[in-house]
Amino acid sequence: MSKGLPETRTDTAMSELVPEPRPKPAVPMKPVSINSNLLGYIGIDTIIEQMRKKTMKTGFDFNIMVVGQSGLGKSTLVNTLFKSQVSRKASSWNREEKIPKTVEIKAIGHVIEEGGVKMKLTVIDTPGFGDQINNENCWEPIEKYINEQYEKFLKEEVNIARKKRIPDTRVHCCLYFISPTGHSLRPLDLEFMKHLSKVVNIIPVIAKADTMTLEEKSEFKQRVRKELEVNGIEFYPQKEFDEDLEDKTENDKIRQESMPFAVVGSDKEYQVNGKRVLGRKTPWGIIEVENLNHCEFALLRDFVIRTHLQDLKEVTHNIHYETYRAKRLNDNGGLPPGEGLLGTVLPPVPATPCPTAE
Amino acid sequence: MSKQQPTQFINPETPGYVGFANLPNQVHRKSVKKGFEFTLMVVGESGLAKSTFINSLFLTDLYPERIIPGAAEKIERTVQIEASTVEIEERGVKLRLTVVDTPGYGDAINCRDCFKTIISYIDEQFERYLHDESGLNRRHIIDNRVHCCFYFISPFGHGLKPLDVAFMKAIHNKVNIVPVIAKADTLTLKERERLKRILDEIEEHNIKIYHLPDAESDEDEDFKEQTRLLKASIPFSVVGSNQLIEAKGKKVRGRLYPWGVVEGENPEHNDFLKLRTMLITHMQDLQEVTQDLHYENFRSERLKRGGRKVENEDMNKDQILLEKEAEKTLPDTKNTTFRMKNTFRMNSENYLFSTKLGNNV
Repeated sequence: MSKGLPETRTDTAMSELVPEPRPKPAVPMKPVSINSNLLGYIGIDTIIEQMRKKTMKTGFDFNIMVVGQSGLGKSTLVNTLFKSQVSRKASSWNREEKIPKTVEIKAIGHVIEEGGVKMKLTVIDTPGFGDQINNENCWEPIEKYINEQYEKFLKEEVNIARKKRIPDTRVHCCLYFISPTGHSLRPLDLEFMKHLSKVVNIIPVIAKADTMTLEEKSEFKQRVRKELEVNGIEFYPQKEFDEDLEDKTENDKIRQESMPFAVVGSDKEYQVNGKRVLGRKTPWGIIEVENLNHCEFALLRDFVIRTHLQDLKEVTHNIHYETYRAKRLNDNGGLPPGEGLLGTVLPPVPATPCPTAE
Repeated sequence: MSKQQPTQFINPETPGYVGFANLPNQVHRKSVKKGFEFTLMVVGESGLAKSTFINSLFLTDLYPERIIPGAAEKIERTVQIEASTVEIEERGVKLRLTVVDTPGYGDAINCRDCFKTIISYIDEQFERYLHDESGLNRRHIIDNRVHCCFYFISPFGHGLKPLDVAFMKAIHNKVNIVPVIAKADTLTLKERERLKRILDEIEEHNIKIYHLPDAESDEDEDFKEQTRLLKASIPFSVVGSNQLIEAKGKKVRGRLYPWGVVEGENPEHNDFLKLRTMLITHMQDLQEVTQDLHYENFRSERLKRGGRKVENEDMNKDQILLEKEAEKTLPDTKNTTFRMKNTFRMNSENYLFSTKLGNNV
């Protein structure tokens, strides 16, 4: 009866989880469900409305990381995605803003609001990635940062006196910018994605897609997809986490046809056919960012924000974070680090006073 | 030799006319018969459209059977040197063009050793020439020295990358560098203007790129204007395009996008024509600078060395530079490709190329 329940304190249950690279988190047994026909309207479906109201009040966190060589339009794209100046661009030609010698991690938080819903958006930039002559292990600072966020969350979670809402600084989504060479991935891209696809949701994006004609674009995408497959890189949405058939078919379509999204970012508006659109003005025409014939920005935006935002957070919490947690707890022999020990006997919760005082 | 033009000797209007002013024509005819050799090296990361550019520059297909390796293979690869030779003929003038490609440059995760292969190739050519020049039989010296290096800068960055700076610093004393901004159709006009500040960066790092010589005062106004324009356009931002596209009723070489057509040969779209003009009209000057400056540099260092390293390279170069400056004021008689400048200039407006493909030298 107590087999599989999370409160079990036996060490064996924990250690059994370890050996495979991706241990499945321990889940409670599914309760036996009995389908009963409702004889009238109860109002269970109003829970959705209740949840919505709650979310609106509390707002939510979303942390997005952008990785790629300098000049690939990362900051512009993030600004375009969230239609606000959330990322300061490095395109100003300041003498002081040289390429940093090592990879730096810069996190900038903003609160943006839409339709009564508040989002605390944090954009994590990684200047210096891939810009040096010697780029060996330049993904290490990034991996370290991601793990540090998991560690922070873990520490909060195992505290005795937990906060009601643990601040979530874990990276929910990592946009990896692929340079539009038109040939194939670069060795650095492969190495980065191999290492980090196991700790964070990676969404590969082809930057500055206005370099390529339509045929070049589709050829390049096909080649990149094949290379990712051949090298066993699982980018988001990962195949193994598709929950049901509906998800699977939807995600399959995205995985095999649309990804990696070839995008163009811009924060300047121009007049096209009487409408104001975001775009890039060149001597030979205006490239409209939200026009699906020109680039796939709209697809990326819908994917990340309108359909899969919550799923990104869930996969981060349920899969990546749990993997980290299991590894961490196991390394310590079942005991979590620092204060707030799970292994100690909890002080007895004072029972509700019986009518006969004791 | 001069029998063919008896009429030019006897010019009744100028009694003191000897006729050696005819010499340039003789030189011209001899050199046309002999043909010209030019070696161009292209360096840049993969995917910067270098091969497309070269193909469109000379209106040929230098790389018919190309297999582009995937990323996993690139991890293992080192920089290679591939030389392909093409013989181009135009209006009786033969040009033997060798294009030296450097696949693998900038691909590796650690690019520290990227340029060693390239530098040793350049040195090898100098070495070979030195050896031939000092040999007994000097009739058929093949000049494989690299006369010009097009360095392709990625338009995606904010300027020069550390690798660009390091590479250019390593070869600026060995070869003429012409910086080129690749894939310029990615850039809006403003961005293109901003990238011209690469020149400032180049100056800041004391990199010596190839400087177009100023037009001499006896040249015509058009040429002077052209030279001025060319000088102002460095670094050239180019778009390589080999496909013929139907645009505005006529066929142009360009790239077709959903939002418009980028014409390769439209000076408002990119600097392709300017770069081609510069290359053609200054081919002879590039060869000259290679011979007088870079090769002499190499030679004196090599002969001095004979085993040990030389410390004061810089002094040598300054001396050579001064000598070259002094020489410029005198008419250039020792160089046989004198006045070919004119022929090339005339041809730069309309191109008719008939090519014969030859393979690796």
